[in-house]
Amino acid sequence: MSKALLDRLATLLGDKLLETTDFRGDEVALVAPADWHAAAEFLRRDEKLAMGQFTDLTAVDYPERAPEEPRFDVLLFVRNPETHKRLRLKTRLADGKTLATLTDLWAGASWAEREVYDMFGISFEGHPDMRRILLYKEFEGHPLRKDYPIDRAQPLVPYRDADDTHKLPPFGVDEGQPFARTDWSRRLEGLDAQVSPSLAVAAGQRASLSSEEVHPVHAPEPAADAAASEN
Amino acid sequence: MEPLDTHDFTDDDTLELPAEPMRLNMGPSHPAMHGTIRMVLDLDGETVVNVDVQPGYLHRGFEKSCERGTWAQVFPYTDRLNYVSPMLNNVGFALAVEKLCGIEVPERGQYYRVVLGELARICDHFTCNAASGMELGAFTPFLWLMKVRDWIWDVLEKETGARLTHSFGRIGGMAMEPTPDLAMDIRAILPEIEKVVVETETMLVRNRIFMDRMQGTGVLSKERALELGVTGPMLRSTGVAYDVRKDSPYMVYDRFDFDVPVGEDGDNYDRFCVRMEEVRQSMRIVEQALDQMPTDGPVSVDDPRMMLPDKERVYNSIEGTIAHFKLIMEGFAPPKGEVYSFTEGGNGELGFFIVSDGSGTPYRVRVRPPSWFNLQSARELLIGGMIADIIPTFGSVNMIGGECDR
Repeated sequence: MSKALLDRLATLLGDKLLETTDFRGDEVALVAPADWHAAAEFLRRDEKLAMGQFTDLTAVDYPERAPEEPRFDVLLFVRNPETHKRLRLKTRLADGKTLATLTDLWAGASWAEREVYDMFGISFEGHPDMRRILLYKEFEGHPLRKDYPIDRAQPLVPYRDADDTHKLPPFGVDEGQPFARTDWSRRLEGLDAQVSPSLAVAAGQRASLSSEEVHPVHAPEPAADAAASEN
Repeated sequence: MEPLDTHDFTDDDTLELPAEPMRLNMGPSHPAMHGTIRMVLDLDGETVVNVDVQPGYLHRGFEKSCERGTWAQVFPYTDRLNYVSPMLNNVGFALAVEKLCGIEVPERGQYYRVVLGELARICDHFTCNAASGMELGAFTPFLWLMKVRDWIWDVLEKETGARLTHSFGRIGGMAMEPTPDLAMDIRAILPEIEKVVVETETMLVRNRIFMDRMQGTGVLSKERALELGVTGPMLRSTGVAYDVRKDSPYMVYDRFDFDVPVGEDGDNYDRFCVRMEEVRQSMRIVEQALDQMPTDGPVSVDDPRMMLPDKERVYNSIEGTIAHFKLIMEGFAPPKGEVYSFTEGGNGELGFFIVSDGSGTPYRVRVRPPSWFNLQSARELLIGGMIADIIPTFGSVNMIGGECDR
């Protein structure tokens, strides 16, 4: 239909354009990670392409690929608001490598890149605010990686340290309801640390709830107390 | 006791209150906000200096969950994306898988999808506008619009068996044929809906209090909206006439005569009016679709690879039993490949990027939630405004937690 878009991109990028596909009307251009930002800049700034509308940015994990091949596909979806043409830019990125951010071209890429970072652990260089977005900062692992098991338990998170906050957590780090299925056989053997406080005390996994090292008791000083009662 | 007023304050500058920004947490659960979201606000008096919008409190791992069932088992999850208009999500996902397979649903099924989808869109827009009014103190229009939503839910319940989570879409069609009363039931409520739209507009659109709160607050420019990936009524309120149904028509949307309402200023008031007008356009589409819809014929493709056999065949023939068993246990296997399919959801462009490795389980299902990108723009809408403007702005952005956080 509109092979013109891919041809235009091919003239702009030359041999940096590694591969183009057109499956079911979706036009895809593949570039190397080093050319990611340059290719995206052509999409945005070239007056014939003029992909002014940001649509989406996401990734796909392929751990089954040969070890020398990059593990992740990162995809950018953009659209031209005048001609309604769409193009998908794709790159293949190895685990542990970073990609240049596109937030300077489309501000909308910000949350999408944060989500890819959150879900796949791919970080984007130059992003102004590279934090997790859907999950919390203590979350271990990146759940949309294929090697992250869907029923994996996450550790309980202690109360965050904030200035001037004197609040005792209701549970220790190792107690309470875990965020996944309970392993009852391990729990009955006393191996699962996430047990109720009394069982944990009995199993010697933690000190008693009333002991001083768990909950320090702040008693008023007796001298000051006595002085106050005299007045 | 020492009197308090002995000190002369008149020439004492040091007693001026220090003007340092105050940090305020709004949410995750705040009575004035619908949706569970946290906003960390930096305030200078009542003016918002900076805001950090933190979504994610409704994250249930939609995309991860999709990777362990069959393709058909994704439908119940899509119901819970935008839970105000689940039918649009059902159809959006079904269209994505059909695009991957290169199949097209029979004409009657397409009209059926359009009719139910537009009813869902009316519900979606009404819910948003009703809440917008209610949050500014107008409780009566809220009740009127909820009443209409209930009429529509009655129709959807009669058609699908469920009021809210229909799970009615199928790869290659719909779960059931339309009931014989479909056209009659809908034609009975359409004029009543029109009356409520007029009533609500009379109550709110020229209401001084409502206009003062909505006009000029939460302003978004056209260029910024495009760059941020904002779509749907929110983008149209800025003046960009982008509607997927018009610009890249899918199903039978190119056969209907309808308009794409646009705003001018991109403020809360325009978003409210655009949604109200879109309800009218959806009603036009429903009327035309009911007129054009064939009265008989299949609603689903006749392809045993993806459609479950009739219950009669399942219970009475070994072929039917095996076909049923294979589809339930192994699932339908689309060809290998990846496609991006997009439809007009309640809040904007609802896209599904799906990757198939040729097996009965999706390799990757990425949903492009319109709310996610609309909410991303909320930071810019809120900065510089008053703290009280957060409520109407957040209401008209219409962040749906299920879809945004997935």
